[in-house]
Amino acid sequence: MEGTRKRIIRNFFKHKLGVLGLIMLGVIYFIVIFSDFIAPYNYMTSHRNFVYAAPSKIRFFDDEGKWRGPFIYPITRTRNPVTYRLEFTEDRSEIIPIKLFVRGEEYKFWGIFKTDLHLFGVEASTDRAMILLFGADRFGRDLFSRVLIGGKVSMSVGLIGTFISVFIGAIVGSLSGFYGGMTDVLIQRLIELLRSFPRIPLWLALATILPPNWPSTWVYFGIVTVLSLIGWMGVARVVRGMVLSLREKEFVLAAKVSGVSNMKIITRHLVPNTISYLIVVSTLSIPGMILGESALSFLGLGIKEPMTSWGLLLKQAQSLSELESHPWLMIPGIFIILAVLSFNFVGDALRDAVDPYRAVEKV
Amino acid sequence: MSKILDVRDLKTYFRTPDGVVKAVDGISFEMMKGEILALVGESGCGKSVTVQTVMGLVKVPPALVEGQILYRDRNLVGMSNKEYRNIRGKEISMIFQEPMSTFDPLFTIGYQLTEVAKAHMEWDDQKTREEIISVLRKVNIPEPEKRYREYPHEMSGGMLQRIMIAMALITNPEIIIADEPTTALDVTIQAQVLNIMRDLQKEFDSSIIFITHDLGVVAELSDRVHVMYAGKIVEKALVSDLYNSPMHPYTRGLLNSRVKREYKGKKLPYVEGYVPRAHEFPKGCRFNPRCPHAMELCREQDPPEMSISETHAAACWLYGEDQRL
Amino acid sequence: MLAIRGGSKVMKILQIERLKKYFPIKAGVFLQVVGHVKAMEDVNFGISKGETIGVVGESGCGKSTLGRTIVKIYEPTAGNISYFDESGREHDISKGLHRSVRPLFRRDVQMIFQNPFDSLDPRMTVRDIIREPIEAHNLVPSSEMDGYVSELLMKVGLYPEYAQRYPHEFSGGQRQRIAIARSISVNPRLIICDEPTSALDVSVQSQIINLLQELREENHISYIFISHNLDVVHHMSDRILVMYLGNVVEASSATELFDNPSHPYTKALMASIPNWSPENRKLQDVRLEGEPPSPINPPPGCPFHPRCPYRLEICDKQKPVSRALSEDHSVACWLYDR
Repeated sequence: MEGTRKRIIRNFFKHKLGVLGLIMLGVIYFIVIFSDFIAPYNYMTSHRNFVYAAPSKIRFFDDEGKWRGPFIYPITRTRNPVTYRLEFTEDRSEIIPIKLFVRGEEYKFWGIFKTDLHLFGVEASTDRAMILLFGADRFGRDLFSRVLIGGKVSMSVGLIGTFISVFIGAIVGSLSGFYGGMTDVLIQRLIELLRSFPRIPLWLALATILPPNWPSTWVYFGIVTVLSLIGWMGVARVVRGMVLSLREKEFVLAAKVSGVSNMKIITRHLVPNTISYLIVVSTLSIPGMILGESALSFLGLGIKEPMTSWGLLLKQAQSLSELESHPWLMIPGIFIILAVLSFNFVGDALRDAVDPYRAVEKV
Repeated sequence: MSKILDVRDLKTYFRTPDGVVKAVDGISFEMMKGEILALVGESGCGKSVTVQTVMGLVKVPPALVEGQILYRDRNLVGMSNKEYRNIRGKEISMIFQEPMSTFDPLFTIGYQLTEVAKAHMEWDDQKTREEIISVLRKVNIPEPEKRYREYPHEMSGGMLQRIMIAMALITNPEIIIADEPTTALDVTIQAQVLNIMRDLQKEFDSSIIFITHDLGVVAELSDRVHVMYAGKIVEKALVSDLYNSPMHPYTRGLLNSRVKREYKGKKLPYVEGYVPRAHEFPKGCRFNPRCPHAMELCREQDPPEMSISETHAAACWLYGEDQRL
Repeated sequence: MLAIRGGSKVMKILQIERLKKYFPIKAGVFLQVVGHVKAMEDVNFGISKGETIGVVGESGCGKSTLGRTIVKIYEPTAGNISYFDESGREHDISKGLHRSVRPLFRRDVQMIFQNPFDSLDPRMTVRDIIREPIEAHNLVPSSEMDGYVSELLMKVGLYPEYAQRYPHEFSGGQRQRIAIARSISVNPRLIICDEPTSALDVSVQSQIINLLQELREENHISYIFISHNLDVVHHMSDRILVMYLGNVVEASSATELFDNPSHPYTKALMASIPNWSPENRKLQDVRLEGEPPSPINPPPGCPFHPRCPYRLEICDKQKPVSRALSEDHSVACWLYDR
């Protein structure tokens, strides 16, 4: 008979959506990890020439139908004298090729080493031409680069926040369930008290506590802490329930009778037997964290400039009229949706895979 | 005695990630009207799956069922669920092992028994209630009118088991299948329930297939015995012949496993090895790794049923080596 | 009270006196105690080196509670447990396990459970499972651990290669062997066996019983053998306690119990065990009616009186006390107490 782990993995891969989600997550995390390299610009690079520019049209054939490889035309911004709307017109006289592995602005790759190599870009100064795959924002900054770099924050907040809350929740829940008695009663009442506060206002309240003069990295960790402080309670309650039933299992009694200390029983027997649940709940909690961070940032209470996240990027897409004229500002929202869906697919598939009672196999 | 059930070369296979599980692998047996037939075996021998197949409780894809189950000139194998519903619970009833989980805790006993009656019998409400009270009395439930309104959790295991028997009897079925009905009961309660079953069987002339691993119960209750091992029937005999002159080495091993008083202080006789797992059946005779008389032939070919007398057969090469292929 | 075998020469391990265990039933918003499950009442016995005491009874009789209370999974509600360590020193472990005696007791007294599927941690290898108690008591240096584990596996009839496998790869009988290996790894003097063969296939039960007997002879282990199967208990035990609804109704040497069952319940129990003989069917002669009552509301007087075919006037008014019928046979029944 195969091991449980193998069985779980096998069951997981039967879930088409789960596999799809896993692939999507792989792609997103890959892009995010290499964001500095893949993005043609730093997240601050801007030029007023490109304020609210639409996504660059990538062409392969010039006006004469000749193959020129991927390129863009530089665009100039004019104001329409009749509508007073800003318009961008292409200057067809010049061909600006899109090259791979260009030298662009310098950056520090994850803070480790400096380089200026980018995956692709245009060799032109930013006042003349910018490759804007997702268009530009209010300040003429490349949305594509900002989405990628903002992804670092959004995708990591979810992971770190979930890890912390599951860690705390597992410990508190185990202690509560194992020792019972007064410890349990006190912890449970505390959890109930905290849970009776409405979640979003609580987040907002905690977020406003963060001092406004903090540098944005501190703010980042502050937001992560805020999010995890709310999340641990649900985990604690379920872990407590699991520990309560595991505690009576004969292999735990056997350890007790053999003289194994309580701490060892908790860490060696109880917690490992809750791991399957913890993995599933983690995967399903991450979307909540991502959405939470997005919500906070969207409302201006989360990540601060100059750092950016998908939620903060969405802040710029608030009015309907703006969206009408510059719909590409919604793209960060699509990324949030993709990330959340992927985690949900993976989490659902994992949960089904781990649950032994669904072992009726399809032939 | 007339034949009431004729099973021919029945196979029930399940496909699992660990391989094909041949839970029932080609068994044939007959059942006569008015007899108590015991199907005996240990875990994984296929006795439960056999009766589940007879009852049509095995979902056919994904499982595979082959062979014939001849009941009243019909072959139950391949019958649609709709057709089965006329037979299941009405002409062939089943009693299960765990009385506590067979009853829905949300409904009264009376309600659940009425459900069964209404599904199969054409009685009006008054008659239904009378019949239920009457059958509860037959299984020695004290104050049946009171019990009618009670919930399962208000009763003990023994009482629930008797109510389950009552439930099986309401429709006056042709065949009752009892799947380990007393295994979960204390031995003193078991005695009561077995006595009731024996009395009822005499009164109604029911035909009962009784499944168990307990050879003591088999001796007390049954007329004929079929011993199963690893998906096959290895011995068929009248009950006294089985106990007085067991033929198959597995049957002998089982009978020897009884803890007799005179063994005190000595080593108990035992059967070597373990019951094989369903996807790991050995080649040839499935009992061969554990058999004290195993021959080369046993490791190669699975023995067919060899006739020892008109009423006694054993699937063992010791009794008919000349029949090898 | 059962007479204590032998004299001071025989090494005593445990002495149990008037042991009682009630479980509180809590209900209501503030979880007040509304009643008790009277699982075990007034149990007395002693066990010495090399003895096996059998405890037999049906569900709800308190035999499992007895085992678990002795091994301090439960704390007694009342009564005394005296533990005598290997140097003969007596410790009172009635209330909790004091730090000084805990390492001694937890090595010296072990337990084997009924369910082979639940008594091994599914996430640990066999090696880790067996190692755990050894490490908890620092008995073997880590360099010698693997060798010792292999030895233990062979001793219980398993291949040493099994050490790296997981419990789910084994059958019930093999798992029980692993559990036995774990319990003997620390060289205990006493092992409580709580229905060790009840969940096993019949053809395998005898193997495990033989193994337990072998180990007893080799290592001079004492057992408290708990089971509902009277035949198995008779086979393994020197003395037997018959329990009903938390009370010891009869206590006797094993042979004497089978020669002279005295308590009506013991007789009913023996009568209910089927013969394996179609010509000598006996169950139709069983006269026992009714169900065992609830331990929450035990009947007044003798707990067995509602079902007893020999009931006397006094039986529902006063609970009979255990009286000696002979040197090693005592019974709690008014029929024997005039």
